[in-house]
Amino acid sequence: MNPEFHYLILGCILFSIGVLGVLIRRNVIIVLMCVELMLNAVNLILVSVCEPIFVFFIMMVAAVEVSVGLALIARIYRKFGTTDISTFGQLKG
Amino acid sequence: MIKKHWAGIVASLVVFLLFLTSLAAFNRVHTTGAFEVPLLNWFAVSGMSVTWGLLFDSLSTLMFTMITGVAFLIHVYSIGYMADDDNRARFFWYLNLFVFFMVILVLSDNFLGMFVGWEGVGLCSYLLIGFWSNNRSYLTAAKKAFVMNRIGDLGFILGLLVMFLTFGSVQFSEVFSLVQQVPANDIALILITFLLFVGVTGKSAQLPLFTWLPDAMAGPTPVSALIHAATMVTAGIYMIARSSALYELAPQVLTIVMWVGVATAVVGAVIALRQSDIKKVLAYSTVSQLGFMVASLGAGATFPALFHMVTHAFFKALLFLGAGSVIHGMGGEQDMYKMGGLKRDMPLTFSVFLVGALALSGCPPFSGFFSKDAILLAVHHASPIAFYTLIGVSILTAIYVARMVFLVFFGSQRSDTHAHESPAVMTVPLVVLAVLAAGAGFYHPELELIMLGGTVILLALIWGLTYPRYAVKAVDDRCDQFLSFDLVYHALIVTPILASGRLIHSFFDRDIIDNTAGGFGELISGLGQSLRSLHSGSIGFYLWMITAYVAVFLIGFSIWPF
Amino acid sequence: MSITFFWIFSVIAVISALSVILTRNPIYSVLSLIVCFFCIAGHYLLMGAPFLSAVHIIVYAGAIMVLFLFVIMLMNLKDVPEFVSQWWHYILAGVAVSALVFGVSCQLFQSYGPRVIGDMSLKALSHALFTTYAVPFELSAILFLSAVIGVVYLGKTE
Repeated sequence: MNPEFHYLILGCILFSIGVLGVLIRRNVIIVLMCVELMLNAVNLILVSVCEPIFVFFIMMVAAVEVSVGLALIARIYRKFGTTDISTFGQLKG
Repeated sequence: MIKKHWAGIVASLVVFLLFLTSLAAFNRVHTTGAFEVPLLNWFAVSGMSVTWGLLFDSLSTLMFTMITGVAFLIHVYSIGYMADDDNRARFFWYLNLFVFFMVILVLSDNFLGMFVGWEGVGLCSYLLIGFWSNNRSYLTAAKKAFVMNRIGDLGFILGLLVMFLTFGSVQFSEVFSLVQQVPANDIALILITFLLFVGVTGKSAQLPLFTWLPDAMAGPTPVSALIHAATMVTAGIYMIARSSALYELAPQVLTIVMWVGVATAVVGAVIALRQSDIKKVLAYSTVSQLGFMVASLGAGATFPALFHMVTHAFFKALLFLGAGSVIHGMGGEQDMYKMGGLKRDMPLTFSVFLVGALALSGCPPFSGFFSKDAILLAVHHASPIAFYTLIGVSILTAIYVARMVFLVFFGSQRSDTHAHESPAVMTVPLVVLAVLAAGAGFYHPELELIMLGGTVILLALIWGLTYPRYAVKAVDDRCDQFLSFDLVYHALIVTPILASGRLIHSFFDRDIIDNTAGGFGELISGLGQSLRSLHSGSIGFYLWMITAYVAVFLIGFSIWPF
Repeated sequence: MSITFFWIFSVIAVISALSVILTRNPIYSVLSLIVCFFCIAGHYLLMGAPFLSAVHIIVYAGAIMVLFLFVIMLMNLKDVPEFVSQWWHYILAGVAVSALVFGVSCQLFQSYGPRVIGDMSLKALSHALFTTYAVPFELSAILFLSAVIGVVYLGKTE
């Protein structure tokens, strides 16, 4: 087995842990962190198989996304007083 | 005055030009012989090619001349009759359209072209019967005429179909030459001739499709004169005469034709005897006389039928126009029992009407005598029973004609309306028609003195016996619904159809179709409702959905990569 | 030698990732994630991309996670329930994740040729960044600008 295979398995494990976290946790900040975890798993796989340039761009997009997302979460917290995603039912219907 | 009557003047001039053309064609055919004028190819589809052309031979030019001549006289008459009608321009347009279609009918050189004219005159008949369209019952009469014609036309079309399947063509020249090779009693030939005769039954008002003709009297009187006495109803006679080559080889159908004609003659005369409306008497009389012509055709004698057709055109048109003159003078009254003694107030109308009445009764030396004689002789050769029946019908004809004349013109005046004679534009055509009705009989083939003497004596007897009953006493023996086929049709055909329609509507329409259509709508609505529940608003659910979809997609992609 | 480091880094990465999703305290989650990022940076080093690992640590552990920490500290998260309430949610989540992993692995585990890239040095990277990938580089500047504007606007208090 070549080294790529090990990295692929590691990447898959980390990715699945990230997905599990997104589905399990109720705090929206933790959910965002699990998204970061997923992104990193993908980075790992890409570096092991492909160009590292992709990693730069993914990292950049992740940074941007986190900053905007956290600003939104701050806004939501200001409005609703909580970050529990089960209370965000405004999209119903 | 020209401005007021411009439509009538233009229409009459056009028909007059057509009449002159017909005279020229008649002349040419009788000097040089028959000729054809092929015009253009109409259509060619799957091996059937139909061309549009005109055929001028003695039969078609005879019809052509008669139609345009009578039509011209009636156009002139209509200028006076419709002078105060606001829609008279449309009236003349319809009349001209009718003449156009009728000419196409008689001059076509193939059955399909004839059928175009056949349908066209049916259409114009509908338009003209329902001309005064504010009256609902007139429109119903127009619809009835058209629908009954249509039933006959179905037979005509089926006949054309079988004709095409058998001969591969509908051109007169081809069909009539090919039919010589067909053995007698061929089933296809019997079918063709029978189906074409069904068309004649509708168009020429034979039993059982004749009830539209009395109802058609709802149209203006010139319409009754032109269409329902002289031209459209004679289209069937023309068709059978034209197809005599086919009918000669199907004697069974000819027998049917003759007996239908005889029966129609009887029924028409019997009903006419009890009518109170002057136009209805003439209408049933037309039915009866058409029965005469059809009986003659069925007996195999084409010439007497055509002869009677021409003379009947003259005197029946004369009678209708005279009746129109009477109605016009009486301010719209049509009930004979409200008239009486008009021979003093309308002497000219009386004299021409008398000429027509005598011609219809078959009184010599008027034309009706010669033509009716010819028919009786021909039928005598075919079947003595039919002969004696038709003699009986002639007696009935004389009775109802005398009754009509006496009730209208003799006796005391039963109404207060002061009748006035009609203007010259109406009386001149009447006189012309009277001359024709009187003199057209000189063209006779056989003359038997026994018939002459017998007819005169019989007619004198009949007129003498009916005089006291109707002229002096004016006995009211009306029964307008006598022998009404309409009631029978209504009970046998109309009521079951309407009832079954209601049944289908309630069971099929409402329960099955509406529920199915509604069911589909509800199905889709329910589907939408259930899909709507996916929008629960819960973010956790959305996230779960996303991962599930991606998983399904990935697995599906590995199963079936596109 | 490198295999040992590989296993050390992998095990710590997995354990810290698990602790990210399983601990109750959000601060502990953040710290676990930082540890995870360090391990991944170690993996980059093992693959022969030192610049990449340095950038990884600076951007992720140094900027993004600090941002997370600040936001968590700004909020009062005492009463926020941390895990989903109904027990069958866990089962559903497990099903979905396993299906996803199965699907991913169906697609992912194909035979690749030998590693294509050879040069992960800084010189090669920057050369590629300014020639082949110049357009995305410029576009990324616009992306950052829009993000800054968005964040400033979103953060405004009325």
